[in-house]
Amino acid sequence: MRIAISATGRDLDSRLDSRFGRCPYFLVGDPETLEFEAVANPGASAGGGAGVKAAQELVDRGVQVVITGQCGPNAYDVLEAAGIKIFQAPEETLRRVLELYREGKLAQLNGPGSAKQGLKGWGSQ
Amino acid sequence: MIITVLSGKGGTGKTTVAVNLALSLAEEGHRVLLLDADVEEPNAGLYLDLVVEETFSVDVLMPKVDESLCTYCGKCAEFCQFNALAVIGEHVLVFSELCHGCGGCSLVCPVEAIREVPRLVGTIEKGRAGSLKFWSGRMKVGEALAVPVTRKLKEGLAELKDEFIVIIDAPPGSSCPVVEAVRGSDYALLVTEPTPFGKHDFEIALGLVRDMEFPHGVIINRSGDDDKLIEDYCREQDVPVLLKIPFSPRLAALGARGIPFSKVIPYWRDKFRQVYRKIKESCRCASW
Repeated sequence: MRIAISATGRDLDSRLDSRFGRCPYFLVGDPETLEFEAVANPGASAGGGAGVKAAQELVDRGVQVVITGQCGPNAYDVLEAAGIKIFQAPEETLRRVLELYREGKLAQLNGPGSAKQGLKGWGSQ
Repeated sequence: MIITVLSGKGGTGKTTVAVNLALSLAEEGHRVLLLDADVEEPNAGLYLDLVVEETFSVDVLMPKVDESLCTYCGKCAEFCQFNALAVIGEHVLVFSELCHGCGGCSLVCPVEAIREVPRLVGTIEKGRAGSLKFWSGRMKVGEALAVPVTRKLKEGLAELKDEFIVIIDAPPGSSCPVVEAVRGSDYALLVTEPTPFGKHDFEIALGLVRDMEFPHGVIINRSGDDDKLIEDYCREQDVPVLLKIPFSPRLAALGARGIPFSKVIPYWRDKFRQVYRKIKESCRCASW
């Protein structure tokens, strides 16, 4: 089982980034062995279509499960077409998020959120 | 001759200036074409008694994938700089609102499985208000691309620019839609207001017109006690101030009722005609 988590940093001590398309990294790996690699999100710097770009990257990497905060309509369409399950998690450390996932405490997303949420607050950063 | 009115900041009075300049010159007997190139919110027409004579649609091309030919190699998705395509197993997703219509996907497809089909993104209206010719573009609600609408709106201007004084009302900002509106102009007429916000965005717009190397000048709208803010900067930057329009209740009241003030106050008609003569003078060195 390969899963991907949208992350603010490159290791399991960093926190979940609630933005799917615009997060800086995805931690991709196995939730049982905790072997993860950091993948720079190609969508983070995209002018538009960030969610599509990020989702395509994860599909190409053979990911079966995505854990994130929210996911826009275009990214949702791509992940759904690939049969990837999406779980929603709080902005905790990735270790904590993985615990919650293993304990079955994360809810599965059954529809997309609003578009462009990943750009919120962008002007103030 | 093509004069584009732009400002950087929204709400400074671009449309007020464009409409009053156009009407003042048309009334003097010039052949004038006013172009509303603020295709996101085309509202110059609200000042005019318009008769629309022709309507055109604006299409951009978007990919249509023949899945019986597609090998799902993913080259199209990889090529697209706007991420309008995704290839998922044996499935191609096309996100039409992300597509800019460049056609690159159909060129890189090794098996010619992609053809291009038109998609409506806006409309163009052409008409007149008395002797003034008026064209405007309008984006379709839900579409994100202004540039194709502006480009289509400006088709045919090259042939008209010798016979007509063309006045283009540009959108606010200083990104692609503004660049597309001002491209090919003989003169950039900047409009600003004496506020820190007006000055800030005026500086950006000035950078744009200098980078594109247009002769330019500025009109200070809502002029009053704080004009020094703009005037000092213009002196320092060597930008001519062509006109000051005061922040007056009378002009504001006319504007709020959709009445171009030069139509009812002859003094302003003369002022706008003088602005045109100054513009013509400074263009003479370049192309006239």
